Amino acid sequence: MPTVDTERPGRRTGSFLYRHPGLRLAGLLSAPVLWLVVAYLGALSVLLVSAFWTVNGFTGGVVKQFSLQNFRTLVTEDVYRNVTLRSLGVAVSVTVICVVLAVPMAVYMAKVASPRARHWLVIAILTPLWASYLVKAYAWRILLANGGPVDWLFGGPGHGPGYGLFATILVLAYLWLPYMILPIYAGLERLPDSLLEASADLGAHAGRTFRSVMLPILIPSVFAGSIFTFSLSLGDYITVQIVGGKTQLIGNLVYVNIGAADNLPFAAAIATVPVLIMVVYLVAVRRSGALEEL
Amino acid sequence: MRHSGRALAAALAAGVLTLAGCGGGGSGNGSAGVGPGGVTLPKIDKLAALGAGEGSVNIVAWAGYVEDGTNDPKVDWVHDFEKETGCKVNAKIAGTSDEMVSLMKTGEYDVVSASGDASLRLIYGGDVAPVNTSLVSNYQDVFDGLKNKQWNSVNGVAYGIPHGRGANLLMYRTDVVKPAPTSWGSVFEASSPYKGKITAYDSPIYIADAALYLMKTQPALGIKSPYALDDTQFKAATDLLTAQNKNVGEYWSDYTKEVQAFKAGNSVLGTTWQVITNLAQADKAPVEAILPAEGATGWSDTWMVSSKAKHPNCAYLWMNHIISPKANAAVAEWFGEAPANKLACQQTADKNFCTTYHADDETYFDKIWYWTTPLAQCLDGRTNVTCKDYSAWTQAWTTIKG
Amino acid sequence: MTLTGWARWALRGFMALGLIFIYVPLTLVLVNSFNGDRTFGWPPHDFTLRWWSSAWDSTGARDALLTSVKAGLGATAAALVLGTMVAFAVQRFRFFGRDTLSLLIVLPIALPGIVTGIALDSAWRSVIEPLGIGKGLLSVIVGHATFCVVTVYNNVLARLRRTGVSLEEASADLGASPGQTFRYVTFPLIRSALLAGGLLAFALSFDEIIVTTFTAGPGITTLPIWIFNNLFRPNQAPVVNVVAAILVVLSVLPVWLAQRVAGPAAGASRT
Repeated sequence: MPTVDTERPGRRTGSFLYRHPGLRLAGLLSAPVLWLVVAYLGALSVLLVSAFWTVNGFTGGVVKQFSLQNFRTLVTEDVYRNVTLRSLGVAVSVTVICVVLAVPMAVYMAKVASPRARHWLVIAILTPLWASYLVKAYAWRILLANGGPVDWLFGGPGHGPGYGLFATILVLAYLWLPYMILPIYAGLERLPDSLLEASADLGAHAGRTFRSVMLPILIPSVFAGSIFTFSLSLGDYITVQIVGGKTQLIGNLVYVNIGAADNLPFAAAIATVPVLIMVVYLVAVRRSGALEEL
Repeated sequence: MRHSGRALAAALAAGVLTLAGCGGGGSGNGSAGVGPGGVTLPKIDKLAALGAGEGSVNIVAWAGYVEDGTNDPKVDWVHDFEKETGCKVNAKIAGTSDEMVSLMKTGEYDVVSASGDASLRLIYGGDVAPVNTSLVSNYQDVFDGLKNKQWNSVNGVAYGIPHGRGANLLMYRTDVVKPAPTSWGSVFEASSPYKGKITAYDSPIYIADAALYLMKTQPALGIKSPYALDDTQFKAATDLLTAQNKNVGEYWSDYTKEVQAFKAGNSVLGTTWQVITNLAQADKAPVEAILPAEGATGWSDTWMVSSKAKHPNCAYLWMNHIISPKANAAVAEWFGEAPANKLACQQTADKNFCTTYHADDETYFDKIWYWTTPLAQCLDGRTNVTCKDYSAWTQAWTTIKG
Repeated sequence: MTLTGWARWALRGFMALGLIFIYVPLTLVLVNSFNGDRTFGWPPHDFTLRWWSSAWDSTGARDALLTSVKAGLGATAAALVLGTMVAFAVQRFRFFGRDTLSLLIVLPIALPGIVTGIALDSAWRSVIEPLGIGKGLLSVIVGHATFCVVTVYNNVLARLRRTGVSLEEASADLGASPGQTFRYVTFPLIRSALLAGGLLAFALSFDEIIVTTFTAGPGITTLPIWIFNNLFRPNQAPVVNVVAAILVVLSVLPVWLAQRVAGPAAGASRT
């Protein structure tokens, strides 16, 4: 039996840490906590605080005095309410479309395809993530142009959807589809085939098996994917500029106000809306265990 | 465990908030002390004498203004500047005037190519210093029509070196829009036959285009300058734009988007820049651009030096270089605008360039209302009313777009 | 799974349609890189290779690609370290605030990019810059790492849950030091999870534009920023197309590689 050198410093620190789990924990947590809590959360809090400041309309300088003016504007002007509701609608639609498209594809990939095919299918799904987001959006702009391929599909120039809200939803769904497929596929892959066979042996037909065995596994994965699609759609301002025609979403309002008269406080105030929505969504979705499936 | 987690979060948030409140950190701006609402011009001195170059210069510019050959090896007016002066150029491309203002506020940049709707904000915000034009040898050759204008000077003191100018024209598809339009009324018509195919520039400054149209068609409103609008005049302009929004297909803020839209026929009528028309025509799109009867808004860009410039000498050397005949001709041709330097006209590759762009046609540019920042202090000289300032324009623009 | 033949064919057909839907725009990108028309007019009437040669000469694109790769590697490295540390802490210990921490980790990726961007931007400018470190590549890496942590964290956490501590305890019983246990037992177990998480983190960082716009210092041009800037320049849009086409074609490699390494290990868990 090889003798162990207990005098080596590395070994001693290792043993010391082993006997003091509290220290180990502190060591493990220190850097990430510093980063996330202090840096990120701190930055967010400062942003939230600045939402209560205003800007001198003339010079653009920030007036660091507490004021509810920004929030008052948000609540009283109709346009902000309309834009918020529109953005929520877009995010929900995109999520629903992604789920509808992703579930059958993921079921096929995880359960029906042969292992070899599965290997290549995953590659096929992951590869588009590397194509630039901007270029994909511009490609859709060409597809949806007047007289372009989509118009041709619908019977001639002007017959297709053109640019607008529908185009925005379509392109966003296209962009985030891989992010929805992956968690669902991962979740389904973890589902042992034996469970499904057992269910069939017990007399359930495919629909019942799906409902009682697959669905409980799918739900957290779907919610996990939806976190991506929902939040990415809620804050997006680039795709809507490319294919959205004259549509405005929350992200655009925030972006415009960061530059316009350097009105960071107002931009921060508008930004609190999607932040609030996402925090509520996250807390609601956490119970389903979705956060572990990301 | 869940409750303790929430308590922790609350404690953390409270702690950080207190810290933030005490520290006063966040969106601090370094603008020289101007009181809230005051119209005091910050006292900043111009550079007295040109010293040795500092070795580098940080520039904020429109895309296409600072070309160093990385995009087209033949389009480069940066490398010869760097060789001549030893100042290495670091350029940051900004997409809008508003971006330029916020970038300059950080104090990290030395010189900016500000359009008229940014320049006054920079001047009154204390972000730029007056320019000592005697230190810029090429300044004497700049067209007089560009010197000491409302957007680049205050009380006769020059705050920048003119770069070039252009007008916002009306572009239309010759095969779709018949008869050919002659007036801005065609984009403001409430029941337009081109519903859904009209386009407009995506910036609050476009309100001035509506105001210009009202200036000529509804003299009863008494608009003297499209950038000086009191409450009634402003409401008339925004109402016109809200009505127009129903007919608009998309608003544009970048080249290829508008060229492509006109080529495909998604847009058939709307505001444009000469360069966009040229590009579309080069790609065989049947388009034409005209200066309508009412005149138009336009832009004149000015190179300005930061009040906190770390490399002021290199900044001045750059400004002198960019308006030198050869460089000015090159950038004017690449971007598609009228040059600022008279002598540049002999240096352009296309010998008709200056004629196409009306470089020395002051009567043409007399009909142009250059982009200027609207201020509460009315730009047309009225003192009995307050005009809408740019932040009001920005908020109104958001509401117009819906 | 006992699916009827009809159901299997329906799924197969749906999969095919889905793949077509995903790849049509990408094919369009490829076709357009040969399009003689500068503004991607459709249908293409001119076929040319000159954009490919321009792209080859474009130092702007090459520099941007290098910057993106550097930022991606930096962010992935940071995310790997931080994510693994937190995953171990959360899975192996019970402590005050554990649930909040896992919620916190998801926050950077769950909140809209523009919020993360402006928050980090103003924080950097008001806190870090006075210390002398200006915005540059480091601020980009910091920004990216913040939202990349979650992908590594989740993958490692899932793997740790599956493997449990029994193997590590056995290793200790056999006389290995904690360091040796980590090197010979724990690390090989989580290796494929690290790879999967790291690859996704790199992809996220590589294609990120919104947070990058706000955190990049002057002179830092990542590939998405270069694309964003050049899509608006008269003669550059087609070159961007070429770059994108190359990216898609080349990206099959790392994805395939990751699947080879992670694939068998993932498949082994199915019983």
